[in-house]
Amino acid sequence: TAAADGAALGEGCRTVPLSGHVGFDSLPDQLVNKSVNHGFCFNILCVGETGLGKSTLMDTLFNTKFEGDPASHSQPGVQLKSNTYDLQESNVNLKLTIVSTVGFGDQINKEDSYKPIVEFIDAQFEAYLQEELKIKRVLHNYHDTRIHACLYFIAPTGHSLKSLDLVTMKKLDSKVNIIPIIAKSDAISKSELTKFKIKITSELVSNGVQIYQFPTDDESVAEINGTMNAHLPFAVIGSTEELKIGNKMMKARQYPWGTVQVENETHCDFVKLREMLIRVNMEDLREQTHTRHYELYRRCKLEEMGFKDTDPDSKPFSLQETYEAKRNEFLGELQKKEEAMRQMFVQRVKEKEAELKEAEKELHEKFDRLKKLHQDEKKKLEDKKKSLDDEVNAFKQRKTAAELLQSQAQQAGGSQTLKRDKERKK
Amino acid sequence: MSELVPEPRQKPAVPMKPMGINANLLGYIGIDTIIEQMRKKTMKTGFDFNIMVVGQSGLGKSTLVNTLFKSQVSRKSSGWNREEKIPKTVEIKAIGHVIEEGGVKMKLTVIDTPGFGDQINNENCWEPIEKYINEQYEKFLKEEVNIARKKRIPDTRVHCCLYFISPTGHSLRPLDLEFMKHLSKVVNIIPVIAKADTMTLEEKTEFKQRVRKELEVNGIEFYPQKEFDEDLEDKTENDKIRESMPFAVVGSDKEYQVNGKRVLGRKTPWGIIEVENLTHCEFALLRDFVIRTHLQDLKEVTHNIHYETYRAKRLNDNGGLPPMTVETEENHESNL
Repeated sequence: TAAADGAALGEGCRTVPLSGHVGFDSLPDQLVNKSVNHGFCFNILCVGETGLGKSTLMDTLFNTKFEGDPASHSQPGVQLKSNTYDLQESNVNLKLTIVSTVGFGDQINKEDSYKPIVEFIDAQFEAYLQEELKIKRVLHNYHDTRIHACLYFIAPTGHSLKSLDLVTMKKLDSKVNIIPIIAKSDAISKSELTKFKIKITSELVSNGVQIYQFPTDDESVAEINGTMNAHLPFAVIGSTEELKIGNKMMKARQYPWGTVQVENETHCDFVKLREMLIRVNMEDLREQTHTRHYELYRRCKLEEMGFKDTDPDSKPFSLQETYEAKRNEFLGELQKKEEAMRQMFVQRVKEKEAELKEAEKELHEKFDRLKKLHQDEKKKLEDKKKSLDDEVNAFKQRKTAAELLQSQAQQAGGSQTLKRDKERKK
Repeated sequence: MSELVPEPRQKPAVPMKPMGINANLLGYIGIDTIIEQMRKKTMKTGFDFNIMVVGQSGLGKSTLVNTLFKSQVSRKSSGWNREEKIPKTVEIKAIGHVIEEGGVKMKLTVIDTPGFGDQINNENCWEPIEKYINEQYEKFLKEEVNIARKKRIPDTRVHCCLYFISPTGHSLRPLDLEFMKHLSKVVNIIPVIAKADTMTLEEKTEFKQRVRKELEVNGIEFYPQKEFDEDLEDKTENDKIRESMPFAVVGSDKEYQVNGKRVLGRKTPWGIIEVENLTHCEFALLRDFVIRTHLQDLKEVTHNIHYETYRAKRLNDNGGLPPMTVETEENHESNL
């Protein structure tokens, strides 16, 4: 009822009837015109392994050949590539940013594969938060780079989700609107596809992954959104090639056994994806990003830094300046720690030096002692040698003297002396 | 390692087929449907609009607001007694109603300022008004700065202030100039010449010219302010409006039969003044201007400019540091 609605909008205000045409029913038009003049922006993130047709799908969705070369499989890590384009349709100007993962799923160790993606999404939230916290800010002219929709490309194995998929989606589901799609679905037969979809959905549910639900609270779109929710994940095929089918040119892929038409709803869910992503829920995706995912990020970030909500009496403060102050405080603490560590290091070095000096001194002493010992020994030996030499000399002298005596005796006495000497010698 | 570089280069994409409006035409993406999506969303959430009326008593403020919104939305209709004494100081009375038209719901709050300019000594009588306006900015700022924020912050900020000029036919009064000088910096002021049925066409034109001149000389920028014109289109449109302001209006909530039609008017012995007849007065111009073309712009200028100015000043003044409240220890620690 009007009264109840009035209560919701006006919190206790009466609804009064109008006695004539006032003209504020043009308000939505006024608002829309302003938005049109301002332009819109929409940012899509495509996450998926190399070769799943991310770029082709984007080209197909937006009827445009976006630039870029196909990625190789030899990337050392996961990177994100972002490009912004200006599209125009009727009087609507759209600034479209497409971000794609490069090298996702190519590494041998994929434990950290999700990290660059999460960091990227957070970085966009952070940039917006920083702008919002500024004192002099220009929010209404800010180029919003926050990701509004994340298309998660599932490989058409026909079996189940890969563990990389589950881990990545679980990390992303509280940060971005995830729309899972089955890529290159012309590789799966219809019956396999139904089973595959059921398996995927049940795996997502049992792992608690929150994917984006098309909103069903507005009567005008509740029905179509409700039906579409049941068709998730969408099985898509992308193609920018056009082939003549019947008497019309259509986007299709030609195989020897037949032609797959991209926009044929019995062939794939491409039309459903386009309908949901662009024609029905683009605005809701933007709104959810801002009111749910961004608010959650902001709240967590601020709480993490120690902010708490003030009571109604205290005055507001500049979050940014307090944030800066806190950061400086933190840096100051780090510096102090660094200083303390440096001091300790210097101390230790000194101690070690002293120890080494001690040891050196000891060694010197030992060396001196040994040297002295050696010298003493040497002297002793020299003395001994000398005394031995003296003995030898003395002996030599006696020997010479004895020989001299002998020769003298021989000259004087003849054999008598010799005999006597011999006897004497005996 | 990740490359966190979202380059906002504007690379014009090469469309493969010319973009058409017709959905059957190959190449239609459907981007323009965002207009419908946006319109639906805004209709669902509804709008709010806060209008303040300032002027001496007896100038027909309440009647004019009722005429503008074709319903009994002013203070006069909500239990106000005509015999009520004029208050000794300026009071601020805000009354909210919900009105609906063409599926669009609007919460309209009319803020009346009884007692303004009615005392013998009217010095600083604009202060309570300025205080009220700043209080609304403060309320909004507090909500915005919260960690856990409401999905939709209730907007009580004054989007538009109608200032009623007495139809003396001579010039603006010192009080008028003082008020507008102070308040034009914090809120969108739209001056109107009240009870314009007391002036002839020539008197009206001359008076308007004199008023415009005086406002210019005193450096008073009324809405739409020249400095906020976004582009040439805006400027031309707004120049035309500025040239015909202040609008000379007549208000009435009574209907009379004129030429077989029921019209809002004032009956006098010398004829019926038709409120919505452009040859009689400029009420229709005011209504179209405020409601049918510039209502959203009034809100946006309030939000993007006046509120931002208040916020910047407020955060600068506070030195960016959390307040040191002596009340409770909890409070003291909570923000560091």
